[in-house]
Amino acid sequence: MLVMKDISKIYRTDTVKTHALRQFSLFVDEGEFVSVTGPSGSGKTTFLNIAGLLEEFSSGVYELDGRNVSGLNDYDRSILRNEKIGFIFQSFNLIPDLNIFDNIDVPLRYRGFKSAERRKRIDSMLEMVGLGSRAKHLPSQLSGGQQQRVAIARALAGEPRFLLADEPTGNLDSHMAESVMDLLTEINADGTTIIMVTHEPSLAKRAQRNILVHDGRVSDAEPQLHLAAKSA
Amino acid sequence: MFSYYVKLGLSSIRKNPILSSLMVAAIAVGIGACMTVINIDYIMSGNPIPHRSDLLYHVQLDSWDPNDAYDDPDRPPDQVTYLDGTALLAAGEARRQVLSYKTGRVIEPEGDDLRPFQADSRSTTAGFFAMFDVPFLYGSGWDKNADDNEEFVVVINKEINERVFGGEDSVGRMLTMNGEPYRVSGVLDTWDPMPKFYDVTNGPFNQVEEVYFPFSVSIAHELGSRGNTSCWRPVDGDGYAGFLGSECIWMQFWVELHGENERQAYHAFLDAYVESQKALGRFPRPMNNRLNNVMEWMSDQEVVDKDVRVLLGLAFLFLIVCLLNTIGLLLAKVTRRAGDIGLRRALGATRRAVFAQYIVEAGVIGLAGGILGIAMTWLGLQGIRVLYGELDFIARLIEMDWAVVSAAVVLAVVSALAAALYPTWQACAIQPASQLKAL
Repeated sequence: MLVMKDISKIYRTDTVKTHALRQFSLFVDEGEFVSVTGPSGSGKTTFLNIAGLLEEFSSGVYELDGRNVSGLNDYDRSILRNEKIGFIFQSFNLIPDLNIFDNIDVPLRYRGFKSAERRKRIDSMLEMVGLGSRAKHLPSQLSGGQQQRVAIARALAGEPRFLLADEPTGNLDSHMAESVMDLLTEINADGTTIIMVTHEPSLAKRAQRNILVHDGRVSDAEPQLHLAAKSA
Repeated sequence: MFSYYVKLGLSSIRKNPILSSLMVAAIAVGIGACMTVINIDYIMSGNPIPHRSDLLYHVQLDSWDPNDAYDDPDRPPDQVTYLDGTALLAAGEARRQVLSYKTGRVIEPEGDDLRPFQADSRSTTAGFFAMFDVPFLYGSGWDKNADDNEEFVVVINKEINERVFGGEDSVGRMLTMNGEPYRVSGVLDTWDPMPKFYDVTNGPFNQVEEVYFPFSVSIAHELGSRGNTSCWRPVDGDGYAGFLGSECIWMQFWVELHGENERQAYHAFLDAYVESQKALGRFPRPMNNRLNNVMEWMSDQEVVDKDVRVLLGLAFLFLIVCLLNTIGLLLAKVTRRAGDIGLRRALGATRRAVFAQYIVEAGVIGLAGGILGIAMTWLGLQGIRVLYGELDFIARLIEMDWAVVSAAVVLAVVSALAAALYPTWQACAIQPASQLKAL
């Protein structure tokens, strides 16, 4: 599970102090599919970056899978990120000069898996996303939807507990977007917790629960209550 | 992971051929300039006889002008007079001693095929070959009896043996020099001490002599020196005998001493000898006798010219400038790849992993720069050959040394790694969240 309590994130320059998140509290249970919506600049991406251990927060408490991440150094955060979290980005973020196989291989390399284990996982993931025959293709040789499927395969190859998706269908047409959402639903059904940031109300509805973020805060009462109930 | 980083490094070089080529070229040019000078310095400053250099001592006695030192600051002459050389030789106070000087002979081959030719020669006492560990292809040097009896014996080098005797074992055969027959006692194998330590006065980088024959024979036949001869006062007396009795310096005297005790004892002997000569009205300057082993003597004589050391400094400065350029190029590369770094960090790469990836990539570039640098070094040496090739000693200094080749690669890799430290540190400092949208 993922627990955030009173998380604040303040960006400071010499003259300006910007509150990206204010007393942001959230509880995401094991196996949930949560969508996060809100207007531009509301703090959705900052939340996702903090949740993905890509960014530090200014104050508050954050527990990821039962571990308090507040005191972790960069090395431990990197290891935890590699083991627990998979990312899917709006623009796929595949490495253009690596083929599909090698792209999926990247997080597994950092995980320290042996060659045979990596190959097994990559083949399995490629089969799951329906791209088993495209392992040697470069990203530029695939359609947008296929590239996002590769990104999903890369995110899942290390068997993370959490999948964080930032506008995963933002660069796809409606047909491909539907296909990717179907895949995410399947993945969630298999037990992976998914947190998805999106602008699309129709996609947000496909999640089990929606979090509305406004002005750096969770504006719905429901998540707060949920957290209170769990804490009790 | 190392092989993975090497693969990524090669991939990155392929992906950015212009930037990578510029970096490789910057390193190669710096290494080439540096190693060209280092190569020359290395050859000039090498130990010509490493296993015996601590045992062999060059002897200096200050027999010079009372009003004017031979060389500043208060250095004694670098050669000895005939009077002193023969007196020290006769005293035999060292384990071994050699008195020799440079001269020249005309070799007259038998038959009509070959015309007489000049040969660089050395008139020396018998101990020369054993003391300086001279290698023989056939036969050996002569013994002390040959010196004492003024025997007409000769040692020739391989080239002369090839030229006159067709490369056969010529020991025992006769070689005519200046109209007189000499019996060949030995043929030298390849021998090329660099510097030519036993006679740096006449050119530390000149080739060794082609012909060697007894000192006693050359004196008996009144052969003069073809090397440097310096006199601080006019020669008293007439002719060759007058010259032998003069204060002119023209011979090199070396002794073999084992350990500090022998060195001190021999130094005391030299001082006593000079005292005895002072009593005879010679040696008007204050006592200033010196014993230097081979490397001390090379240093004293500044065999490696100060200009070479200045050039070396300039070459290293040039390398630093090239490395600064490389740092700039690497920074540009890191900036261009910030998105890739951010993504890898997001996928779980630690800062350590990013550091390793970029440092290995710099190593690959350094290796390529080193290999190209070897070619640049070769070109640099060829350039020197073209400019100064007519000078015999220059040709001997511009041989590519394998130790230098290896050093070039190591220096290139180390330089590239050093240049990569700051850009790599910058790469590690990249915040992944700030770059993911930029991809």
